[in-house]
Order: sequence, then structure tokens, then C-alpha cells
Amino acid sequence: MIRNIAISSTFHLFIVLIAAMSLPFLSKKPIDLPPIISIELIQITDKTNIPFAPKAKKIIEKIKKKEKLVSEQAPPKIVKKEKPDAVPLPDEKIEKVQKLEEKKQNPEKIDNEVKQVSEFEKEELFDPNSIAALIDKSKEETAETNKKTNKITQDQDRSIDMTGLSLSEEDALKAQIFGCWSIPLGLPYNENLLVRIKLKLKPDGSVIRSEILDHARMNKPGQGFYKVLAESALRAIKLCQPLRVPTTGYERWKDLQLNFDAREMLGG
Amino acid sequence: MLFRYLFILIILLPIKAFALIEVDITRGNLSPLPIAVSPLSIDEKSKESFNKILKNKDMGLEISIVVENNLKQTGLFNPLNKNAFLQKPDIAHLKPRFEDWALIKAQALITGKVTFIDEKLRVEFRLWDVLAAKEMMALAFTTVPSNWRRVGHIITDKVYERLTGEKGYFDTRIIYVSEKGKKVSRIKKLAIMDQDGFNTKYLTLGNELVLTPRFNPTNQMVTYLSYFRNLPRVYLLDIETGIQEVVGDFPGMTFAPRFSPDGKKIIMSFAMGGNSDIYTMDLENRIVERITNHPSIDTSPSYSPNSKYICFNSDRSGYQQIYVMKSDGSNVKRISFGKGIYGTPVWSPRGDLIAFTKMHKGKFYIGVMRTDGSGERLLTENFYQEAPSWSPNGRVLIFYRETKTDEKGEGFSAKLWSIDLTGYNERLVETETDASDPSWSSLLSN
Repeated sequence: MIRNIAISSTFHLFIVLIAAMSLPFLSKKPIDLPPIISIELIQITDKTNIPFAPKAKKIIEKIKKKEKLVSEQAPPKIVKKEKPDAVPLPDEKIEKVQKLEEKKQNPEKIDNEVKQVSEFEKEELFDPNSIAALIDKSKEETAETNKKTNKITQDQDRSIDMTGLSLSEEDALKAQIFGCWSIPLGLPYNENLLVRIKLKLKPDGSVIRSEILDHARMNKPGQGFYKVLAESALRAIKLCQPLRVPTTGYERWKDLQLNFDAREMLGG
Repeated sequence: MLFRYLFILIILLPIKAFALIEVDITRGNLSPLPIAVSPLSIDEKSKESFNKILKNKDMGLEISIVVENNLKQTGLFNPLNKNAFLQKPDIAHLKPRFEDWALIKAQALITGKVTFIDEKLRVEFRLWDVLAAKEMMALAFTTVPSNWRRVGHIITDKVYERLTGEKGYFDTRIIYVSEKGKKVSRIKKLAIMDQDGFNTKYLTLGNELVLTPRFNPTNQMVTYLSYFRNLPRVYLLDIETGIQEVVGDFPGMTFAPRFSPDGKKIIMSFAMGGNSDIYTMDLENRIVERITNHPSIDTSPSYSPNSKYICFNSDRSGYQQIYVMKSDGSNVKRISFGKGIYGTPVWSPRGDLIAFTKMHKGKFYIGVMRTDGSGERLLTENFYQEAPSWSPNGRVLIFYRETKTDEKGEGFSAKLWSIDLTGYNERLVETETDASDPSWSSLLSN
């Protein structure tokens, strides 16, 4: 009897423990987000100067380390290791190359290459397997040098891919349009005062096409204020041209939607 | 585990690829819209004809100045200096060079043409969107030459409506009590003028005291308070014909009259035996109806624009406060609860607000509140001011303010002032004499 109780209680305890450990999200409360406070930034540079987030920093450091490792390892592989291997047995390898290349369909080229190989035998190393490796490495290297030069923008691109525009890019655009938009003051307070405008942009930020999304509302009776609001928004876009868009990633923002909302300003 | 991540990635990838970047623009500037009012073009022959009749040199320029002043008064527009204009009026009216107008930062442009045809004044005008480079509106009017100021007001109304989305209030008149003389022996006359202070006419001679004139919202009738055999009575006056009559035959004093929104009834206070209550009288069949029945003083009634409710002033709680009831007198509810005394409630023509005068600690305020009493906002504060009256579009209030003229407090002057709902655009309305108790008419043309 006692044994049964003991078994039962241990199993129960076990289940409770599993539940507590494997379902932690059940105990978590929903996150209370504080209200969003909008801040107008006055001077904004084109590029983000915000220091990288700790996570991103770690990743960047890792990449840097990797780069260093590769660049240190690569030269010895080519120069030191392979030379001694290649030099003592040139004939064998040439034969191998010949054999390999005879199997291929273009014998002419092979002949040339073989000749060259024999001429510069001592200086260069021609392990057929390592050729492929060399080619691959050179690719890697160029890619890594590219990474080095474009490091910041590429990192930005990554974050942008996730969120659209970066905060400072969005703020720059907002601040610009805030300055251009004269809100018509006679609008009714209690109406829906949202105008959505879809833009097609050129790389320099000038507008190719602008389209009001709720166009049907423009000419509805009793919605005269909407036309006025939409026109004021279009004027703001025209006045602000060219828009202050990021210098990179045109593909991302060539189609842009601006939501003009006057409710906040008119205290609705 | 790996598959799960892959699955999530597969779900997320397409979203990433097609997401359209959206930017929310929640703020803009509230600075006035820069607008260029080009002088209306006029040919030499018409110019001479107008000069003969009206003694003004350039009718085109004069009308554009009327429009410009009206727009400036609103506080919503910033008319640009005419000296900066690069294009001549006649060419601008045909096809403006938008680059030139954009150069002086104009966002809208008004052009026009004035001609003298068959002893009549013909005015056409166009409103242009400078930035979009297109015409927004084009209209033409014909009228007698002496009406030229009204043409300016009508143009302003149309432009205002097109650019702000609400009706204008420029082709309107204001009736007020003109005051002259010392405080003890002041002569008060009824006077009427255009909303910009021009074309003043006096409607009474000044023999009797007149008070609280109010416009009929549908036509050019006026109701006001005057003394008849030393008894204050509500009168009715037709401005067009000059015919005056007493409203109803009440056995006591009647005061604080106002029209119903359809203009068919007059609502007023009737006092007898130290108690005053609110009554209405139908102007067609002269039937009198009692609305309130309370031992307190009920006065200053004002209808809501849909005629369903009445706001009024009562001291039934001990102090003067604002109340709202249904138009049959039922369901009385107090709506003012702030500190101080509230008076002269007026329901906005738009229906959303009630304007009032408030007295607190020796100061007078003009303010507005929502019709349930919430959202009280005091627009202006002064030593003595009262009697707000709404512009027909419910955006501007006109009231009068008394100020001391010397330091001893002897002698005072009363002037009309206007303030808009933002509370920032306060302006003196010029009148020939001292003025009080203004009332704004509805639009003369629709």
C-alpha cells in the first residue's frame, strides 16, 4: 500500500516537474509594453551611428575572427604545405593530370596546360585536387575582402530586411515630411482622418508616381474634408521632393506607403 | 528541431519579400498655408467705368485685397506680399507659370478677371494648386457694381471651403449694439455691418435702449430686446423692410430672445413675480408654450442645431450654471461643474460644442465645452467680456470686451473681438463706434 502511494506520488511529482520545466511559457505573463513615445529628431545623418546591439557585436566579432583565421591559414596552405608536396614528385603528378584530362573532352587545351605546367614546374604547384581548392579559396578571399569593405552596410541590410527602414532612416523621412505637411485646420475632429498614399520612388528619392489608396472616398458626399486632407498630403510629398531616403537598398524602398494621420494633431 | 526552424523560415520568407514599407506621418505643421492672391486682371475700359461709378482706381486690385484680408483674418492662410509676384495678373489667369509661384513658396494661387458688361460687374476667378500644377476651381459671378465687396467675400468663401473642407463665413453680416457717450447716458443703437467691418448701417435711432440682437439663422430677420414704456420687451425686425413688431403680448418682461434653428420660433425668458422661465413662441400661429417650470431663474436659452435640445442658464443649484434639456422641457441635466459662474450658453451651429461666458475670481472667460459638459476649454481671459456668438460654420466666436480707458477706471470702451476654436487667433473687429452684444448672421448666399 505504502509502496503504491510512494510510486504514485513520485510519478505525480515527476509529471509536475516536467510540466513546470517544459511549459515555462504558461507561467509567463504577457509583456507589458510601455506606451510608445514619439520623439522628433532634428539632426539626422544619412547613416546609422547607433552602436551595434550586443548580439550583433558578438556576431561581427566572430566574423572578424573567422576572417583573420582564414587569411592567416590560407597563405601557408598555398605556399608552404603544397610546395614540398609537389616538388619531389612532379612527374607523377603531371601524369595524373594528363590521365585525368585525357578523359575529358577537350584534349587541345590540356596539351597547352600540360606544357605550361612542365615549364614552370619548379615555381608553381599543380596538384589537380588543390587547383580546385585554390580556385575556391580565391573566391572566398574576394568575398571576405568585400565583406570587410562593405561590412557596415551589409549589417544594416540584414537588420533592414527584418524591419523595413531602420529607425534613423524612418525618422529622417518622417521629420522631413512633418515639416512639409500643412494640416488643414478646418477638419472635423471625430472623423477618420487617415490618408494612405502609395509611392513609387526613384533611387534619388524623387517621386515617380503617387496613388491615394482610398481613392473612392475622395468624391463621396459628406466626405469633402477627406479630399482636402488627401490633397494636403499630396502637396506635402510634392514639397518635400526628393524624399530623404536611405542611400542604399533601393529595391527595399522603391515602393513606399505613407500613412498620413491627422487625428493626433487635431486632438480627436 | 531543425525541421521546425526550416518550417518557420519557409513561412517567414515570403512575408519578408513582399512586405511594403509603411511610414506613419502623424504630425505636420500648423503654420498658415502660404497663398498668393494675384490682383484680378482688368482692362482699361472697365477700369474707367468702375472709376466713374465707384471712385476706386483698380477694381481688380481692390477685390483681391478684400479676399486677402479675409484669408489673413482666419489665421489659417498666409497671403504673400504682392510685390514678390513675378507674373502679371492677366497672363497668370490664363496659365500660371507654376515654377514662378513655387519660387515664392506659394502653395495655392488665386487669379481672376474683372469686366464691366452691360452696367454690371462680372468677376471670374480660378484657384490653382501650385505644387500639383493644376486648377482646383473656377467660378464666375455677375452682380451690380456696388456689390463688389460681397464678390470678394464670396470668392473667399469658395476658396476657404475648397482648401479647408468646411464652409466659409465671409459673406456674412454682424449685428451689434453701437454705443456712444458716457456710461450713465449712453446712446445705444442697433447697427449692422459686413463681417470685416465695412458697410455699417444703423437700424434704430437711439431713442430707446436696445440689447441682445440675434439673427434668424435662415433669413435676414433679427430679434432683440428693447424698452417699451419702460418695460423690456422682445422685438422682431425685418432688416430688408425695416418693419418692427413686439413679439407676443406678455403681462411682464420678456428678454434673452433667440431664434430656433428653422427660424420659425423664438425662444426667450419671461419674468413674472420674481421668477423667470423659458417660453417659446411660434411666429406663424403665435402659440406660446412654456418650456421650464421651476422657482429659480432660467434664462439665456439656445437650441441645438437639430432642435432636439435646448441649453440654458439657471441658478437652481444655488449658482448660475449651464443646463441641457430636451426641447419639450424634460430631462434637465446640469453640464457645467467647474469652479465659478457660467452664463450665456450658445450651441454651436456644428452641434458639437457649447460656447459660454465664465466668471471666476473677478475675471471673465470665453470658453467652449462639449454638449455633455466634458472637455471644457477656456479660449480667452479678460477683465470684462461676454456674449459669444458663433460664426455660421462653428469655427469662430465673436464677443465683446470692455476695457478701462484710464487708470482711475473712469471711462471705458467696448469693442468686438473674434477668436477661433484654437484660442490663438484673437483679433479686434473694427467698428465705427463702441460696440457690444454681437450676433453673426448665416451665409447670405449659399
